[in-house]
Amino acid sequence: MKTLLNSPSVNNITKKMSSLHFVIAILFVSTLYVTVCNLMFAEGSLLHVSDYTVSLLGKYLCYALLALAVDLVWGYCGILSLGHGAFFALGGYAMGMYLMRQIGDRGVYGNPELPDFMVFLNWTELPWYWAGSDNALVMILLVFAGPGLLAYIFGTLAFRSRVSGVYLSIMTQAMTYALLLSFFRNEMGFGGNNGLTDFKEIFGFSLQSPNTKLALFVATAVMLAIGYAISHFIVNSKMGRVVTAIRDAEDRVRFVGYKPQHYKVWIFVVSAMLAGVAGALYVPQVGIINPGEFSPLNSIEIVIWVAIGGRGTLYGALVGAIVVSYAKTRFTAIMPEAWLFGLGGLFVLVTLLLPKGLAGLVTNLMDKIDPPSTDNKPNSSDGSANTSTNKSADDSILTAENK
Amino acid sequence: MLRLFPLLLFFVMSFNASAAVSETQQSALPLLVEQLPNTKLNKMAPLIEQIAATSAPQVRAILQPLMDGDLYYLKTNKRVVSVYKNEQKQYQLTDVLSAEALPAVKKSAIKKVRTNNRLRGQIRDLLANLDLTNTDTDIRIAALKQLLDNPNQAGLVAVNKLIKAEKDEDARELMSVILLIEQLQTGSIAEKLSAAKQLSNRLEPTVKNALVKQLGSLPSNAADAETKELKTVLSNAIDSIEQQASVFSLAENLFFGLSLGSVLLLAAIGLAITFGVMGVINMAHGEMMMLGAYTTYVIQQTFPNLIEYSLLMAVPAAFLVSGFVGVLIERGVIRFLKGRPLETLLATFGISLILQQLVRSVFSPLNRQVEAPQWMSGSLEINPILSLTYNRLYIILFALMVFFSLLMILKNSSLGLHVRAVSQNRDMARALSVKSSWVDAITFGLGSGIAGVAGVALSQLTNVGPNLGQAYIIDSFLVVVFGGVGNLWGTLVAAMTMGTFNKILEPSMGPVLANIIVLVSLVLFIQKRPKGLFPQKGRAAE
Repeated sequence: MKTLLNSPSVNNITKKMSSLHFVIAILFVSTLYVTVCNLMFAEGSLLHVSDYTVSLLGKYLCYALLALAVDLVWGYCGILSLGHGAFFALGGYAMGMYLMRQIGDRGVYGNPELPDFMVFLNWTELPWYWAGSDNALVMILLVFAGPGLLAYIFGTLAFRSRVSGVYLSIMTQAMTYALLLSFFRNEMGFGGNNGLTDFKEIFGFSLQSPNTKLALFVATAVMLAIGYAISHFIVNSKMGRVVTAIRDAEDRVRFVGYKPQHYKVWIFVVSAMLAGVAGALYVPQVGIINPGEFSPLNSIEIVIWVAIGGRGTLYGALVGAIVVSYAKTRFTAIMPEAWLFGLGGLFVLVTLLLPKGLAGLVTNLMDKIDPPSTDNKPNSSDGSANTSTNKSADDSILTAENK
Repeated sequence: MLRLFPLLLFFVMSFNASAAVSETQQSALPLLVEQLPNTKLNKMAPLIEQIAATSAPQVRAILQPLMDGDLYYLKTNKRVVSVYKNEQKQYQLTDVLSAEALPAVKKSAIKKVRTNNRLRGQIRDLLANLDLTNTDTDIRIAALKQLLDNPNQAGLVAVNKLIKAEKDEDARELMSVILLIEQLQTGSIAEKLSAAKQLSNRLEPTVKNALVKQLGSLPSNAADAETKELKTVLSNAIDSIEQQASVFSLAENLFFGLSLGSVLLLAAIGLAITFGVMGVINMAHGEMMMLGAYTTYVIQQTFPNLIEYSLLMAVPAAFLVSGFVGVLIERGVIRFLKGRPLETLLATFGISLILQQLVRSVFSPLNRQVEAPQWMSGSLEINPILSLTYNRLYIILFALMVFFSLLMILKNSSLGLHVRAVSQNRDMARALSVKSSWVDAITFGLGSGIAGVAGVALSQLTNVGPNLGQAYIIDSFLVVVFGGVGNLWGTLVAAMTMGTFNKILEPSMGPVLANIIVLVSLVLFIQKRPKGLFPQKGRAAE
């Protein structure tokens, strides 16, 4: 990165391309490393990566994809969603339904058609929304359609009536809270309090086998790379520029002749689908999905990943999600009491001291080590304009929200 | 005078005679009690009847333990005693006739006087009938209610005798209801008719049951006019009772709704200050309420003898504690994030996590028991199917009190003037020498303090635990937004509407679904009117 920045001929576009390549390269290398070390080296070897670590890393990558989705709407469109956990959980439930049906007659009650919890609650037939859930294609469709549809309905309603800023945040929170309450109900047909669990196999492969776990991890890494590429493509496309402009000055965009609500709905739906895919990949790896995933606290935790990593950078979201999740795993194991103190403290400190997150910190450090030279300015007008727009972007968000 | 003398003599003699009768009855009691240990179960009923009929003062002391299974007799001399097992697991005996305490004995020395459920039921009725003549009106009424639910012959006879002499209005009414039901069940058709007509405005469930049963017992294809008339009268009476009952159950739901509304109001009103007036998103608002509730708990623990006054002490204490924490938060965090609402939201959310964990570490994650003072318990009984619990009544009153005092502060005090000035135009207020940062801190402290006061009220309604605040934060934000940001009256209307709506939906669809429907319809409403019910107008809205 540093060498790239140093060379005066490198303009902004190549820098951005390189960040895409960089992220994908890192993902590829680390996935390859984990795969090789898990398969080639025997247990006890110094280089061995245990199955536990593999599924843990798979979980982190799901979180990273989810954080990416939030960064897309928050960092680039200024929509602070406190309800992205709902899209994640919906994707998870779509996958969970499929996995439930794969159990077949191996459940406790041995009913080939109905999952155990339905037999337990004296249901006689599958509700309509479970129709076709034993088909993998239908499941994949649901993973995209469920969160996408919810985001479309919610987004259309909210953005058309120009609900924005804090109001929108609170409404997204209310949305996930309402879903939390409804999924707790047994009558919903989603397993109520206990959710969906006791999965046996996915696409015919046993979920218990280490190879399936590794495959899921690799699949997650691939999906994350695809998701990153899509997001990167979107934010650098013309549409992405309009979206960024909406974040900075929605009224002006409207005056110029665009319809901001269309762009907002569109980016909200894409983001919700990414979150749904993350949820669908998450469920087989942790083996359970329950209404707790809808809790507003989860959604807010996603936001803190993005805030810590640095919003509006895409790669910051990945870093934030992985770093904070890792810290959470370690802290909750060592001293569970301290975790909420730590998380709460992170919220306060990051917003007060690191408004641009780790990514901003790194950029600042680089600028200090290597201040941009004056003759560089006209050439890399794109680059410096970018940072200055970011600054004024922040300011204009403030003024817009101040109203 | 001479002519009066025989009359007088007659009176005296008759008085003596009646006294003698009751005396002989009473003196029969020891004999009857002596029979208790030797009587077989199937012969017990008449014996118990006789014991009760003596109406001696000791009857209760005999029958109550018999019903509770505490009546024993000594194996040695068959003396009947009531037994109380003390903490040292000794059996303390009391002679039922003389009320004299006897030395404690081992279990092997005594034997229980046996009863069964049928006998216990009989005893319960007899004891209730004994209460019918009690001098305390409340006990009489309780006994009458008991009789109404479990009618028995002896009780009916007693009521028939007593109704003339009864002074208390309520008691007399109850007595007449009991007699009317009896008349409805056993009287001639004409009597039944008049009874049904008179009963049609009574709301006691027993009355309705009796009417329904009576209607069911009539032949379905009766030809004679009287039975037909009785049928229509009965069904009319049932209809009218049901109608009144539905009115009152609606009133009850309304009351529940208002009480839920006032809880929401209490929760939202502090937010209406910090969010509505100052424009600060305080996600730690719920935790301010939690602190208030825990303050109540701490006060009750420190002054365990003053439970009755604990709430009165807790209100100012909670205000100070939460207000102080609020000022700390404002000075320490929020003032650095001025004009960055999303960041404020995140930072205050972090604070709420810290406060929750703090409470978890200090007080344990389990719910704490906050006791209700005597004057908060019980209920105001308006009629047999509608009774309003005092704690909910007090909370409605309290919420309104807090609301109006806050309104007064904002409207009539200099602090209120400054707050409004700063919220409308900070620069201009500063130019006019209002210390805006000081006003910010005090306003935030005020809002948080009120949240603390709300926590005191909540400690009487829900569990006091670390998650107390979280349950209310979304609802209270919605209340403020629904009512219109910056509008206190809007908050009042919104809270009451939300509460009532919720409670009216609840009976038909259950609490969770009602909650969801309220949430969803609110979200839809905000889509339609993003500025709430009562949007701010004019320059302040910009």
